[in-house]
Amino acid sequence: MRFDKIYALSLRHIYLICSSFPRIIDLIYWPTVQIFLWGFISKFFTLNSTYYSNTVGIILTAAILYDFLFRASISFNMMFLEEIWSRNFTNLFIAPIKISEIITSLTLTTIFRTLIGLVPATILAIPLFGVSIFKLGIPLLFLLLSLYIFGVTLGLLVASGLLRFGPAFESVAWASLFFLAPLGCIYYPIEILPNALQLIAKALPLVHIFEEMRNILLNNSVNWFQIIKSISISIIYFVFGVIVFYLSYFGAKVRGTLINMGE
Amino acid sequence: MFIQVENLTKKFKNSLAVNKINFSIEKNKTVGLLGPNGCGKTTTIGMMLGLIKPSAGTIIIDNKNLEKTDRISLLNKMNFASPYVELPKRLTVKQNLEVYGRLYGVKNLDDKIKEISEELNLKIFLSKKTGELSSGQKNRVSLAKSLINEPEILFLDEPTASLDPDIGDYIRSYIQSYKTKKKITIFLASHNMAEVERLCDSIIMMKNGKIIDRGTCEEIIKKHGRNNLEETFLKLARSKDEV
Repeated sequence: MRFDKIYALSLRHIYLICSSFPRIIDLIYWPTVQIFLWGFISKFFTLNSTYYSNTVGIILTAAILYDFLFRASISFNMMFLEEIWSRNFTNLFIAPIKISEIITSLTLTTIFRTLIGLVPATILAIPLFGVSIFKLGIPLLFLLLSLYIFGVTLGLLVASGLLRFGPAFESVAWASLFFLAPLGCIYYPIEILPNALQLIAKALPLVHIFEEMRNILLNNSVNWFQIIKSISISIIYFVFGVIVFYLSYFGAKVRGTLINMGE
Repeated sequence: MFIQVENLTKKFKNSLAVNKINFSIEKNKTVGLLGPNGCGKTTTIGMMLGLIKPSAGTIIIDNKNLEKTDRISLLNKMNFASPYVELPKRLTVKQNLEVYGRLYGVKNLDDKIKEISEELNLKIFLSKKTGELSSGQKNRVSLAKSLINEPEILFLDEPTASLDPDIGDYIRSYIQSYKTKKKITIFLASHNMAEVERLCDSIIMMKNGKIIDRGTCEEIIKKHGRNNLEETFLKLARSKDEV
C-alpha cells in the first residue's frame, strides 16, 4: 500500500467537507440534536428510575457512543455514495490505486468526518447535562475503537451492496444501522431480549460494548475481557466486510457495472 | 504491436456484447472505434481499461497481459476521458487535478497543473467548482485530468460530444497537437465522422459486438464506394448482414 495514494483519495473527501459550510453544519447538527433529545430523556429517567439513580447520564453516554457508531458507518457510506453521485466511479477505478488503498483511505477519512460531528456535541453535553463520556476513562478509547471498526464494517457491507446492486441499494445504507440497533442493547441490558435473540446479540460487538459501558458507570469496575471480546468480534466482522467488498468489486467487474455507474 | 486484442469476448447474462474481436494498435497511432449505439464500443473500452472482466480472450498492452499482470503498473501508463464520466462537482478544477495528479503519482504537480491549465485555457477556472462549469469547460477539465499523468495510451470516448463547433474544433486541434508532441497512442470512440477522419490513422467498425471492417478512412470509404465516412458508416450500420 502506498500512503501518497491513500492521502490523495482522503484529500478528495477533506476538500469536499471543508469546501462547504452547510456540509459542516449538517455534520454537527444531527449529533447535537441527538444529545439534546437524549439529554432530556436521560435527565427524566435519572430522576424517576431506581435503576438509573446510581449514575447520572447513563442513557446519554449510550446515546453518544451509539451516535459515534452511527456517524462512522454513515460517513463511510456517504463518501462512497459521493463517488456514485458525482459519476466519478470510472475515473476512480481506472486510477492506479489498489482496492486496499481505497478501503484504507475511506476508513481513515471516516474518523475525521465522524469527529467533526461528534466532538462539539460531546463537549456540549458536559455543561448542559453534566454528563461527560470521559468519565469512562481509558476504556473509552477501546470502546470507541471497537465501535469505529464495527461502524466501518457496516459501511463496507453497504458499499459492497452498492457495488453489487447499484445506486438502488442507497436506501439500505440509511436503514442498515437501525436494523441492528434493537439487538445492540444500547439502552437496556441484554436480559431484556428473548433467549433466542440474546444468542444472536452476543455475536455482535455492540452488546459487549454497551454492557461494559454500563458496568463501568454503575459498578465503577472495568472488565477488560469484555472489551477485548468486543474488539475481537469487531475485527472478525471487519475482515468479513473486506472480503465481501473484494467479492463485490470482482462481481461488478464481471457484470460491467463499474463503468457509467451514477445517479 | 503496442496493444494486441485477441478473441476478446464479453457476455452479459444472455447477450453477447463483444464477440471474439481481434485487433492490434501500433505505438503512436490513433485508432478510431466506430459503430452504432450498443455495438460494444464502451464494453470494449471498459475491458481495455480493466473495468470489465472479459468472458474470454486476451488484452496485451506493452507486452503485458492486462488480466494477469499487476494492473497498477499498466494503469499508470493509461488514462481516459469521456463526457459521460464526470469529476467530483463540488471540488474546484484545481482540487480535482491535484487529487488525480497525486493518485497518478505525478511529480512536480503544481508545475504540471500550471502547464496543462495554460495549454487548455483553464487558468481562469482553476478556483471554480467543476459542477459550475459549462459542458465545454467540463470537457476540457476532463481532458486535462486524462493528460495529467502524460499517458502513453489515451482512451477517449466521444471527447467532443455535445460541444459547439468552435470548442469541438479546439479540442480536436489540441488532441492532434498533443499527440504529435508527446507521441502517444490514442484509442478513440466517436460518432463524429469528421472528427474520426481528422484524428485517426485507422478505424475499426463494430456492429452487434463484432468487427465488421477495418482500415484507413480512405480505404474503407473507397471499398464501400461512398463519398465520405459518414455515408460509409450509414451504409454499414443499416446493412442487415455483416460485411
